[in-house]
Amino acid sequence: MTTPLSAQLEVGFDYTRSLGPTLGRFMTGLRQRRVTGVRGSDGRVHVPPAEYDPVTAQPLTDVVEVASAGVVRSWSWAAEPLAGQPLDHPFAWALVQLDGADTSILHAVDAGTPDRMRTGMRVRARWARERVGRIQDIACFEPSDGPAAEPLDDELDPVTMVTTPVVLRYEHTASLVESKFLLGLTEGRLLGQRCPACGKVYIPPRPACPTDGVPTEGEVELPDRGTVTTFCIVNVPFLGQRITPPYVAAYVLLDGADIAFQHLVLGCAADQVRMGMRVEAVWKPREQWGPTLENIDHFRPADEPDAPFDSYSQHL
Amino acid sequence: MPDVAVVGFAQTPCVRRTTGTTNGVEMLVPIFHEVLTGLGLTKGDIGFWCSGSSDYLAGRAFSFVSAVDAIGAFPPITESHVEMDAAWALYEAWVKILTGEVDTALVYGFGKSSAGQLRRVMALQLDPYLVAPLWPDSIGLAGIQARLGLESGQWSERDMAEVAARSRADAMSNPHAQFAGEVDVEELLARPYLADPLRSHDCAPITDGAAVVVLAADDRARELCDRPAWITGIEHRVDSPNLGGRDLTTSPSTVAAGKAAGADGVQVAELHAPFTHQEILLRQALGLGDEVRVNPSGGVLCGNPMFAAGLGRIGEAAKRVLTGEADRVLGHATSGPLLQQNLVCVMEGRD
Repeated sequence: MTTPLSAQLEVGFDYTRSLGPTLGRFMTGLRQRRVTGVRGSDGRVHVPPAEYDPVTAQPLTDVVEVASAGVVRSWSWAAEPLAGQPLDHPFAWALVQLDGADTSILHAVDAGTPDRMRTGMRVRARWARERVGRIQDIACFEPSDGPAAEPLDDELDPVTMVTTPVVLRYEHTASLVESKFLLGLTEGRLLGQRCPACGKVYIPPRPACPTDGVPTEGEVELPDRGTVTTFCIVNVPFLGQRITPPYVAAYVLLDGADIAFQHLVLGCAADQVRMGMRVEAVWKPREQWGPTLENIDHFRPADEPDAPFDSYSQHL
Repeated sequence: MPDVAVVGFAQTPCVRRTTGTTNGVEMLVPIFHEVLTGLGLTKGDIGFWCSGSSDYLAGRAFSFVSAVDAIGAFPPITESHVEMDAAWALYEAWVKILTGEVDTALVYGFGKSSAGQLRRVMALQLDPYLVAPLWPDSIGLAGIQARLGLESGQWSERDMAEVAARSRADAMSNPHAQFAGEVDVEELLARPYLADPLRSHDCAPITDGAAVVVLAADDRARELCDRPAWITGIEHRVDSPNLGGRDLTTSPSTVAAGKAAGADGVQVAELHAPFTHQEILLRQALGLGDEVRVNPSGGVLCGNPMFAAGLGRIGEAAKRVLTGEADRVLGHATSGPLLQQNLVCVMEGRD
């Protein structure tokens, strides 16, 4: 095998952040179609507002309202917009200096084609219909010599938090030895790897022996029985839990392995599980097997005497 | 305080896509072996290990911890990590040696950019309140910076294409380069824009790769190699993250770091410039004249392994001293959007 297993992986999280006084005021203003900046120690008006002076590092509190129209100071053309960007058709990224501001704000300009863009052109904010107090309340800017939209005077609670969903997609690749292990599982086999330097057997295998830093290269097939080295009784319910507590999560050291992995021990009362207990795998029905250790539904007590402590004391 | 030198450097080939995992182990094992055997060292001889990488690039938590498998961390080692380019890990290792606690350090960086969508991943280094929610991509931002310089007359599209052509020609002598070859400037300028005003040749490629540098102090360095690259100055500075609030046609942090590190009189400079205009900007900021050989390796325009490329610049510059080709060299690394943070490392040979 030369190509490892890989799969699409989506990682997402809604970041929720408190805004503090400066950005809170800015976001509250956006909801009313109002743009506020702050005056720095050198007299420059920063839009978006700086919380601290970029030169003196002093907190800035002199709030200045500016227009929601201004001038493009530089731009680039986004011919193929990416997920999450302000527009889903070609647009310009631009630094826009709003009237009354001395710095520029980064945003999108909906110009249609790059030949309608030029540095120095006038643009105005196109406000989102639904505004919640976030930078996307400005949907984008649009080319216009006309006046900016009038701010609204509706009284709403101040915006104190902002939520930013982040979603990233990856192609997650298993190592070659992990791939062999996962493919072995589809046949009901447990394939570990032996380190050529220290002789230790790792299952699941790792690309390099963590003791010696060399690739593990000797494939070793292991039996589906072993010893509980340590365990805990789960009494706490949590989101996504598949088994009703109490139940036992244990480290199982397969016979011939040098590292234990975590799995479930069922088939006896939780308080009967002990260190040194001998266990054997209970496989799911074969038609449910895939490239996953979940093919083993759980381990159950094997009808054997407990393993002596010395037999697993180096694997705790 | 001890004098610290770069004594060893190794890197993987720069490639568009590797089949390895995002924790870098497959890339790191061979280059650790290469650099350590080249110096006659084993892992037990290394006093301190420090790495640079990013979980955002890897798409998994604590990828740098998994990477430690490549070391073989038994008996336990002293180890640290920065979520930055590994040039900053080198800075940490340099400080560690200055404390006198250790006399050797191994610094490594790795990145598998091909696993995710690099342009989107890079958006997450931006201001999380006002900028990142718009997902501005790294090329779109660089285009804004390039245009500011174009319209102020600081550089032209031809100047930028010439940087690309020279880089690719230089990379023909670099076996690790992703892109190399003779290209015609006119031909480059005839190609379409990728993100007006940037064309493909203006942008560093997406690269998987890793790099490693070994540092040593005083007599230890002299034992390990004939001509150590002694670090005579290493400094890093940062500019405001507010992209619309600073002059993007210069880099005050590079100017300051270059002054503090003593950039004058270098013969070779390896500059971490992921966009052609940024090489021109950095040359100006560091005051490098025409007599200075810039990016003889081809630079990151010919291979840009994220989180390893800045360390690689220091390694490539040091290599010119180690081999006796140059006496005084400069390695530069950048981090953050549009050259926000910059590190300058000046090294020299002493015969």
